[in-house]
Amino acid sequence: MEMLFSLTVGVLSACGVFLVLRARTFAVVLGLTLLSYAVNLFLFAAGRLASGAAPIIRGPGPYADPLPQALVLTAIVIGFGMTAFLVVLALRLRAETGHDHVDAREDA
Amino acid sequence: MTLALIVLLPLLGALLPSRLERHSRSVSAWGAAVVAGLAALLLLSQTPAVLAGQVLVAGWPWLPAAGLALAFRLDGLGLLFAGLVLGIGLLVILYARYYLSPRDPMGRFYAFLLLFMGAMLGVVLAENLLLLVVFWELTSLSSFLLIGYWKHQQQARQGARLALTVTAAGGLCLLAGVLLLGRIAGSFELSTVLASGARIQADPRYPAALVLILLGAFTKSAQFPFHFWLPHAMAAPTPVSAYLHSATMVKAGVFLLARLYPALAGTELWFWLVAGTGLATLLLSAAVALFKHDLKGLLAYSTTSHLGLITLLFGLGTPLGAVAGTFHIINHATFKASLFMAAGIIDHEAGTRDMRRLAGLWRFMPQTAALAMVAAAAMAGVPLLNGFLSKEMFFAETVDFTARLGLLGWLLPALATLAGVFSVAYSLRFIHDVFFNGEPHGLPRTPHEPPAWMKLPIGILVALCLAVGTVPALTVAPLLAIAAGAVLGGELPAYSLAIWHGVNAPLLMSLTALAGGVLVYAIRAPLTRFHDSHWIRLDGRRGFERALRTLSLACERLTARLENGSLPRYAAITVAAAVALGALPFVRAGGLGGPLASAPLDAATAGGALLLMLTALATTLLQRLRLLALIFAGAAGLLVALAFARFSGLDLALTQIAVEAVTLVLLLLALHLLPARAPIDTRGPRRLRDGLVATAAGIGAGGLCWAVLSRPYTSIAPYFLENAVPGGGGANAVNVILVDFRGFDTLGEITVLGIAALGIAALLEGLRLAPPACDPDGRPWSADRHPLILATIARPLLPLALLVAAFVFLRGHNLPGGGFVAALITALALVVQYLAGGLVWTDARLHLRAPALIAAGLAVAGLTGLASFAFGHPFLSSSFAHVELPLLGELELASAMGFDLGVYLTVVGVVLLILGRLGRSAQAGTETT
Repeated sequence: MEMLFSLTVGVLSACGVFLVLRARTFAVVLGLTLLSYAVNLFLFAAGRLASGAAPIIRGPGPYADPLPQALVLTAIVIGFGMTAFLVVLALRLRAETGHDHVDAREDA
Repeated sequence: MTLALIVLLPLLGALLPSRLERHSRSVSAWGAAVVAGLAALLLLSQTPAVLAGQVLVAGWPWLPAAGLALAFRLDGLGLLFAGLVLGIGLLVILYARYYLSPRDPMGRFYAFLLLFMGAMLGVVLAENLLLLVVFWELTSLSSFLLIGYWKHQQQARQGARLALTVTAAGGLCLLAGVLLLGRIAGSFELSTVLASGARIQADPRYPAALVLILLGAFTKSAQFPFHFWLPHAMAAPTPVSAYLHSATMVKAGVFLLARLYPALAGTELWFWLVAGTGLATLLLSAAVALFKHDLKGLLAYSTTSHLGLITLLFGLGTPLGAVAGTFHIINHATFKASLFMAAGIIDHEAGTRDMRRLAGLWRFMPQTAALAMVAAAAMAGVPLLNGFLSKEMFFAETVDFTARLGLLGWLLPALATLAGVFSVAYSLRFIHDVFFNGEPHGLPRTPHEPPAWMKLPIGILVALCLAVGTVPALTVAPLLAIAAGAVLGGELPAYSLAIWHGVNAPLLMSLTALAGGVLVYAIRAPLTRFHDSHWIRLDGRRGFERALRTLSLACERLTARLENGSLPRYAAITVAAAVALGALPFVRAGGLGGPLASAPLDAATAGGALLLMLTALATTLLQRLRLLALIFAGAAGLLVALAFARFSGLDLALTQIAVEAVTLVLLLLALHLLPARAPIDTRGPRRLRDGLVATAAGIGAGGLCWAVLSRPYTSIAPYFLENAVPGGGGANAVNVILVDFRGFDTLGEITVLGIAALGIAALLEGLRLAPPACDPDGRPWSADRHPLILATIARPLLPLALLVAAFVFLRGHNLPGGGFVAALITALALVVQYLAGGLVWTDARLHLRAPALIAAGLAVAGLTGLASFAFGHPFLSSSFAHVELPLLGELELASAMGFDLGVYLTVVGVVLLILGRLGRSAQAGTETT
């Protein structure tokens, strides 16, 4: 289970990094989305993988670690803010230069 | 407190002169004088205690973990130096009032001067060594401002930069040395350091610490081979030279030697380094000074020469040497400050400082000439003046030291006498070339006496030279005794300040120096010719400028190679570097996996993971077909939500699904405004590079995850789990953490979110984004912007969705849900209204102002936190009560719920602001096309 989970995190990270290294803004946005999936999954897993143990206190437990979950929850929402900011930056770039190249020059 | 005030007064008072300048220049000068005068009065009020033998120490902790304390110390040495800094400072303030021309901004001058004064007082009064270094660097910085005061002159700028580079580099060495010294002594407090001299000198780290500290002292005191910055600092206004280069800045180096004398002095290494450097500087600078044609150049080299003498005296490591060094510090400060001021007057009144043009000024300014001649005689060491006394002590010390040096013992007195010869010769040149020697030729203006107030400071200093020189026992003796006592940190040796000791070796050396000096001056013409043709010109400044140019050129080349303006390239380098650094510990540990085995796998989970990986790969491979790629990325997001749900993160799953939906709307909107397909930008090698970097990053991230998951861990989770219900009043531990335990973090996060949304709104301000008229295959978009079915379904959906949101919000404290999720659901429902009805139609009915929502949310969250103050609890403590509501059943009304309401309002506002503004920009673009 843990091995497969790690593999998934690895594949998501690799795909994310590859996309981030592209020259067009939209690909970079997608890449960052994938990267944030990977990072959120990794942070979440730092509390270990528990099955059927949601941290809703009813009886003696056992419960999953709630702390990484609280961390990741805000990270997801902040991630949305970051994605939105990037998207708008990309749109502004396109409006001002007429293209969507991250280096703000078409020939690069 | 008084000690700290002495230092702080000038530092704070530096604000005053520029404020006062608008009234008049004199008021500005008065402001500076009052500040310095107050500090001097405070110092005076402490003097009786110090003269009685007390060491005053006062301090407050600043960064205790780093050993840094705001601690000050006033002992004999500190008193001497603080007195010099404040006394000569006051005279310089008076002098500068008449020296500066009406074009020079006076407020700025006094501001810099007071800043420097405060920094210098900090150096000499610091009890904590780290604090001393802080003030030390502050003197370097403020002297940079003072030397470069005439910033329109290139010479001044270059001189200032040179001085800053050399002294600040020395200051960094000093910091390293002091850190070592503190480690060895176990404390940065001077009281401890000075008492542990034996331990320090026995430590193997002593040589390193000593060399580093000496580098700091030698650069500051312009000792060979770092002396070259001082002559170039003469580009400063003369009051600055009189202050910095006679009594204060350059004396900081020898002050350090004196201050740390009990801790560092007395070893072989100390002797060879300090005495050797001092002797070399003494001789070389004295010789060079004779051949300088610039009046201030002569004084600058004579200053380094005298500093060399003081360094040599401390380097000898004998108690009498330390007494003589301390004595010469006082004498040099008085006669050199007055000489600089006299040089400034000559420059001011005659328009030049070139001794080849100056001559016969005696007739034009007899009073100034008389004062300057007495001061120059003191510098030469003429009997009945203060310079004679300390020079006699110096000669006596060199004679006493011969026994210790064996066969070469005669060398030290001989060289000392030689330096004395040069010193007499250049003093004679200062007097004879300027005031006699025929008639002046080609002066820009006819010289005359300066205003009386300008002569007063010189008069006071020269009177001191005379008083110390004739009746030392009545004037300087008590101050010298406590200062030298503080340097030695123990019993004073027997010494006599008498003028007449009978006919002995020092007297003979003095007479030889005087006679030799006259002789050398008499044959100066052939000597100057020889000097001009044979002297190797070692110009430190030119070498420095060349080194600086080479360095900046090399940096430019390196930057141009590394920084070609390509963002993907920077990202690749950053990721590769991060992977390489992250891999290091694993390579050292020799493997990834820990002791724990993987849990057994079930088919559904394995299928989900496989699907997630496939969607991610599909997103990557299809990235140029953007719509498809976006759909796959969205699918990946939903699978991530499933993964959260599978591993007990129910709140996360809810949030992820909601955010995924909002993000999808956002990205679809963006896609509509961006090219739908991407051109092929990258060729084989680039892709191979990116592929390798990405693979490495993937292996790194996956490996790290595996390394974490295969090791046992201890968590602070039990605390939260145990206290969620009794402490936070909620069964949903995640929600309780968010709104209660870590509420402050959440407050920060929603604030960041609000700021991001406002930033987005600012970016979109006035932006018109024109969507294309047709899709990439050339088909026109549907004319039906708001399909009837969607509009019909969307309207009844809104109250339903809001009800769901309310339900999720209310149960959030005990069951999966809460402010974040409820907000996203609400926002989605509203976004659907926009999609279905259009911006204009919806805005006309909703009356929602997103920025106001964000503000309200932050206010509610903040006020809830503040409310706990009313109950005497710290910020954001929660209290709760159980309430029985009809239909809903038992409900917990925790104050945290108010906080969650703030989160809810903020997040709704953020989403609406972002999507609303984006839609508006697109609509504005559509309408214009």
